[in-house]
Amino acid sequence: MRSFAAVAALEDNVIEVQGLTRYYGSFPAVRDASFKIADREIVGFLGLNGAGKSTMLRVLAGLLMPSAGKVMIGGVDATEAADALRRRIGFLPEDPPLYREMRVREFLRWVGQVRGCTKAEVESELPKVIETCHLDEVADQVIGELSHGFRKRVGIAQAIIHKPQLVILDEPISGLDPRQIVEMRSVIRALKRTATVLISSHILYEIAQTCDRILVIHKGRIVAEGTEQQLSGTLGEGTRLSIAVRGKVANCEEVLGKSDVVDGYEVAPTDADIVTISVTLKGDKREQLVRELVEAGLGVRSVQDAMGELEQIFLELTRQAGAPAAFESKQSPKHHPEEAQA
Amino acid sequence: MRGMLLVARRDLAGYLNSMWGYAVIAAVLVIDGLLFNAFAVGDQPKLSSKVIEDFFFIAFGTTIVASILLTMRVIAEERQTGTIVLIDSAPLADWQIVGGKYLSAMMVMVVMIGLTASMPALVFVNGKVSYGHIYAGYLGLVLLAAAVTAIGTFASAISRSQLIAGFLAVMLSVFFVIAWMLAKVSDPPLKDIFSYMSLFDRHYRGFMTGKINVEDIVFFVSLAFVFLVLSSRFMAARRWR
Repeated sequence: MRSFAAVAALEDNVIEVQGLTRYYGSFPAVRDASFKIADREIVGFLGLNGAGKSTMLRVLAGLLMPSAGKVMIGGVDATEAADALRRRIGFLPEDPPLYREMRVREFLRWVGQVRGCTKAEVESELPKVIETCHLDEVADQVIGELSHGFRKRVGIAQAIIHKPQLVILDEPISGLDPRQIVEMRSVIRALKRTATVLISSHILYEIAQTCDRILVIHKGRIVAEGTEQQLSGTLGEGTRLSIAVRGKVANCEEVLGKSDVVDGYEVAPTDADIVTISVTLKGDKREQLVRELVEAGLGVRSVQDAMGELEQIFLELTRQAGAPAAFESKQSPKHHPEEAQA
Repeated sequence: MRGMLLVARRDLAGYLNSMWGYAVIAAVLVIDGLLFNAFAVGDQPKLSSKVIEDFFFIAFGTTIVASILLTMRVIAEERQTGTIVLIDSAPLADWQIVGGKYLSAMMVMVVMIGLTASMPALVFVNGKVSYGHIYAGYLGLVLLAAAVTAIGTFASAISRSQLIAGFLAVMLSVFFVIAWMLAKVSDPPLKDIFSYMSLFDRHYRGFMTGKINVEDIVFFVSLAFVFLVLSSRFMAARRWR
């Protein structure tokens, strides 16, 4: 058993998970998961509902013990020193755990102390946390009277009041309106300055917006990991673009057919004289293709990177792993509804 | 110890802010007062010591009910509302969580028991009764509250809902109260075991009549200890389930 002092003295905050498996009864919620997370990295756990994200985060937060495998935080086995490690971890579940009858400031003071800080430490940290989470205007209000967005922020504040080195946020933006989502994003990015941050979400765009790296989870297994670009790279070479052009379908087909940089294409008229081209290039040679289109007298109205769309990557990865293709993609400007329903 | 006191402080504030603590105390005082007048004092002449004995008999029942009502929520409610995550994710040992919850419930119980003192005080002023009898009776009540509060805490620790916790606590308490009946219809060694477990007949009756027996004190304290340890063990086990 490692002592509190020994664990608190650890500087390395690398998380190493090897063969993590977690059963609920006979149901394996997480199966043989292995990954490594570097210090001060924001990592997103992406998966459908029921994929095992929350279970994985709860094991990392020390709320659940693994059925098999190892979780090492800063080189310390999490099962061996669970109580001491909890001092270094801040956790926000999907529904923020709040005592509704308490006032925000009073609640945060209590949480800070119960997580091992002295009164003086909590008092010095409290103004910073209130500022980081934009809670100034409600700091003296009763939690039960706050809006959902503010409660979520109080939830994040309770997770960071004790200055944890690892912050775990389970679906931090669920139920927030667009303005609150933008604010929450800035709060999460601010956390990176002092802590490693793990986020789970089934909202693909959000994960891409806030995370340095993504772990794709399906049926309890990690089916892929990497940055958005790395994940798209696992699906094949080449650049896929979606181009809107003013001109005739036949003219477009002529240019694309002659081009040396085009590997494959589809042309579809969308409006009176607007044509949408879906094209796969031999490498990233989009400038050359655009030049060829313009030189042929076609008006290029927009060029979008279709391959980088996380929805597409996610669909493909989970399809490869045998997943149902149903997921949510809120707020995504790149989102194609017909793809989501596919 | 600090963690336990922090949990206790929060829970105590919870009792006071939610009105639940006030409601239970008020209900118990009203019932105690009514039964004290109707049953303990009555309309026939009685010895003061008999009145006090009857008062502690009444208080036995109301103390058990109050303990169950207060403790059925302590852990089960946190589980229902999801706030259990706050203490689960804190660097607290399971005994600190259980100890803090138990301590806060006991503080409310001691205040409630203390507030019933007006009734024996009336007998003391107007009749002839010894201090010792009253002290012994109150010691019995506090020990009873300690044991039943531990039973209630255990029931709350193993239940997902407050109702189930309350039902379990009632069943366990009833078992300990009627164990003397089981002793009557059992053969040794079960007879001796049930007889020893008899909360009222063997261990509380003495306090009612003003007698303090070390064996009874040990029984109540060990009953409380066993159920608190069980609660703590259960809290630890839930991380593995």
